[in-house]
Amino acid sequence: MSALLELRHVTKTFGGLTAVNDVSFDVAAGEVVGLIGPNGAGKTTVFNLITGNYRVNEGTIELEGVPLTALRTNRIVRLGVARTFQNIRLFQQLSALENVLAGRHCRTRTGLLASLLRPPGQRREERETVARALAELEFVGLRGRDLDLAKNLAYGDQRRLEIARALATEPKLLVLDEPAGGMNEHETGLLVELIGQIRQRGVTVLLIEHDMSLVMRACHRIVVLEFGEKIAEGIPEAIQRDPRVIEAYLGVEDG
Amino acid sequence: MEQFLQQLINGLAVGSIYALIALGYTMVYGVLRLINFAHGDLFTYGAYLGMTLLTSLLLKDRLGLTLGLLVLAGMVMGLVAVVGVLLERAAYRPLLTAPRLSAVVSALGASIFLQNTLMLIYGARYQVYPDILPQTTVDLLGLPVPIMRIIVVMVSVVMMAVLFLFVQKTKVGTAIRAAAIDQGAARLMGIDVNRVIQLVFIIGPALGGAAGLLVGLYYGQISFTMGWTYGMKAFTAAILGGIGNIPGAMVGGLILGVVEALGAGYVSIAWKDAIAFVVLILILIVRPSGLLGERVAEKV
Amino acid sequence: MSRRLVGIYLVVAVGLAAAPRFLDAYQIDVINSVGLYVLLALSLNLILGDAGLFNMGHAAFYAMGAYTAAILNTRLGLPILWALPASGLVAALFAALVARPVIHLRGDYLLVVTIGLGEIVRIALVNDVFGLTGGANGIFGIARPVLLGHKIRKPDEFLYLIWGFVAVTVFLFHRLEQSRFGRALTYLREDPVAAEGSGIDTARYKLMAFALGAAWAGMTGALYASKMTIISPESFSFWESVVVFLMVILGGSGSIPGVMVGAAIVVLMPEVFRTFATARMLVFGLVMMIMMVVRPQGLLPWRALRFKRSDLPRREAAP
Repeated sequence: MSALLELRHVTKTFGGLTAVNDVSFDVAAGEVVGLIGPNGAGKTTVFNLITGNYRVNEGTIELEGVPLTALRTNRIVRLGVARTFQNIRLFQQLSALENVLAGRHCRTRTGLLASLLRPPGQRREERETVARALAELEFVGLRGRDLDLAKNLAYGDQRRLEIARALATEPKLLVLDEPAGGMNEHETGLLVELIGQIRQRGVTVLLIEHDMSLVMRACHRIVVLEFGEKIAEGIPEAIQRDPRVIEAYLGVEDG
Repeated sequence: MEQFLQQLINGLAVGSIYALIALGYTMVYGVLRLINFAHGDLFTYGAYLGMTLLTSLLLKDRLGLTLGLLVLAGMVMGLVAVVGVLLERAAYRPLLTAPRLSAVVSALGASIFLQNTLMLIYGARYQVYPDILPQTTVDLLGLPVPIMRIIVVMVSVVMMAVLFLFVQKTKVGTAIRAAAIDQGAARLMGIDVNRVIQLVFIIGPALGGAAGLLVGLYYGQISFTMGWTYGMKAFTAAILGGIGNIPGAMVGGLILGVVEALGAGYVSIAWKDAIAFVVLILILIVRPSGLLGERVAEKV
Repeated sequence: MSRRLVGIYLVVAVGLAAAPRFLDAYQIDVINSVGLYVLLALSLNLILGDAGLFNMGHAAFYAMGAYTAAILNTRLGLPILWALPASGLVAALFAALVARPVIHLRGDYLLVVTIGLGEIVRIALVNDVFGLTGGANGIFGIARPVLLGHKIRKPDEFLYLIWGFVAVTVFLFHRLEQSRFGRALTYLREDPVAAEGSGIDTARYKLMAFALGAAWAGMTGALYASKMTIISPESFSFWESVVVFLMVILGGSGSIPGVMVGAAIVVLMPEVFRTFATARMLVFGLVMMIMMVVRPQGLLPWRALRFKRSDLPRREAAP
């Protein structure tokens, strides 16, 4: 399998604090990779570096050989990396449908003039865009809530809506930051299924999670960070037994 | 060379006034993350109140020049501080949890309100200060310098020094600095942030009012729109020094005053007012954290 | 756009068309003034209301357009209605140019920069920059618009011209709301980080919002120039920017009917209540403070739901 995403010697410092220190790992196409570690290990910082919210101090991040490190976030999305946020960042005052439509923006072309004049091409694109957006809502199981305002959705539904919006950008790599945050066991199980279905669509997944049951069930491989450094990498069973990981961060979950 | 030095001293005098006003902006921004648009008008209130008190109370005749001026300054600063407290109560406190734009609009509304109240009371034409100060010039390094310029600089420097010591050395001053860095943490440390806010709205306006009085005495002429021009320039000075940074506001004010004076002297007097705006825009583009650095917490 | 709104617009249109029969020249002129401010408010609404960018230097774009039209007309003899698109273009280019370096700034900093820019433009106009602007006296002798051979001179005629332009503007801007472009501005306003993270080039859309809003303000400036035949820097002061800003906030930031109502109220109130005309600004200041506490969303706030159930295809049965 070829590497879809490559991180090489990535380092990020904030003033005197080194948040990410010489981290390297790959994500192969079609995999589900989990990034775990104790709080403050630098996981979200790594995500922010991948998506362009932060700039690396050293090192490279490449998507299929294309360097991402100097690009603005929206460019990176258009190249095929979409994300969800740790603290949900939905457009709370807008409907679920409108939230997902935001994701369709980078895959559509109607410009200012066409928006004003509405030639037939524009109208067709609008219909297709709405249809695609509704399809994504269907995929995550929120079709029935399409016109509900995001702020009125249950917490678990909001998380799934964020995933729908990210999927609407037709990503090659989906980066999920604590997607199970606040979910109960049942919801987490549904999320594991959803991640499986996302993978079946051909989308590669990289996720941060504290919920070990999800990580063990959903991920092919796991990368472990502690204090900004990678301390272990491997398949879930190996990680579970790795003494360094156990010492750094014991996720005692049954199942 | 002589002209250069004259402009320099002139710039320092104007700059120290900008610095006094800038302190008000920077302190409020530090604690509330809000640009107090009405601050310039508090400066204007200082000028007008000073004029009214000066002409009506005849302090000079009763107490002599120095004492009379000191008492006048005290009264002006106190009264403007009261207006500052009322301003905080009316325009900002109800909006502490509201989105940013609301507070900005309210600040603007307060500024418009204050300014026009003054206009209705005093009329739209400019007002003249009674001529009570000595017009003598002093020989400074071979230059004839009007004594007022020196007095303005000295008085401002003294006030700023007092403020600086207050903020650095006293417990209350440290509380202000703590609240400016992180309100939440300050609260957890037992600091009464609401009282800090009230205090900031006393000190800032008081300094601004003093600046207004100084301007009235220095230039002899005041108008109800002067808060707008001085306010913008003082705000530029605060940004130049690093918003939230108290020494920064002082340094920023002096630098801006000098740059403006030299610019007016050597480039063109017609564009003088534009200089401050150009400086402001340039700083925000090139180095938004200002010369001495923003003292506001970085959100990572 | 809902049926009800279209209905209201039609009623207003009919009322305006019939107005010259019932109102005197002065009153018609007031309505024309409302019309111009409605255009300004709509143009600022794109920037402030739709894109969420704090702009308090809007008068600069208005001035750019007015002076462009005036210069082209008095020096090159270009008829005003031909100068109209040029006014819009110049204002838009100016906006794109000056906004580019500052577009990334935090909200209240951007506000201050726009104030500064507005002032710099005004000072430049007063100082007769490039020898074109006529200094403090401004430019006079601007020609009236000529439409299809007919010279537009009387207030009645201007009413049709100005409000005709308003009608076109309202139509186009409502279209924009329901389009990919309009949605991009909304996302940008609601949460710029989420918008950028969803693949929207926020920097580009901020610039486009500025340019488009400026273009409309510029064209309004051309109309203003030809109506007054004299323009001077006084008409484009900071207070003009504040007044238009107030109209948008008062009426409902982001709402087309809202800002139109806001503009009407701000212009008409001093006319209706003559006594408080002198204390006008004072009352505005108070209104601003009170509004933010009592009704920050404005009088006619923007409605969140842009899609109705009837807009969407019906759910297909699950396979």
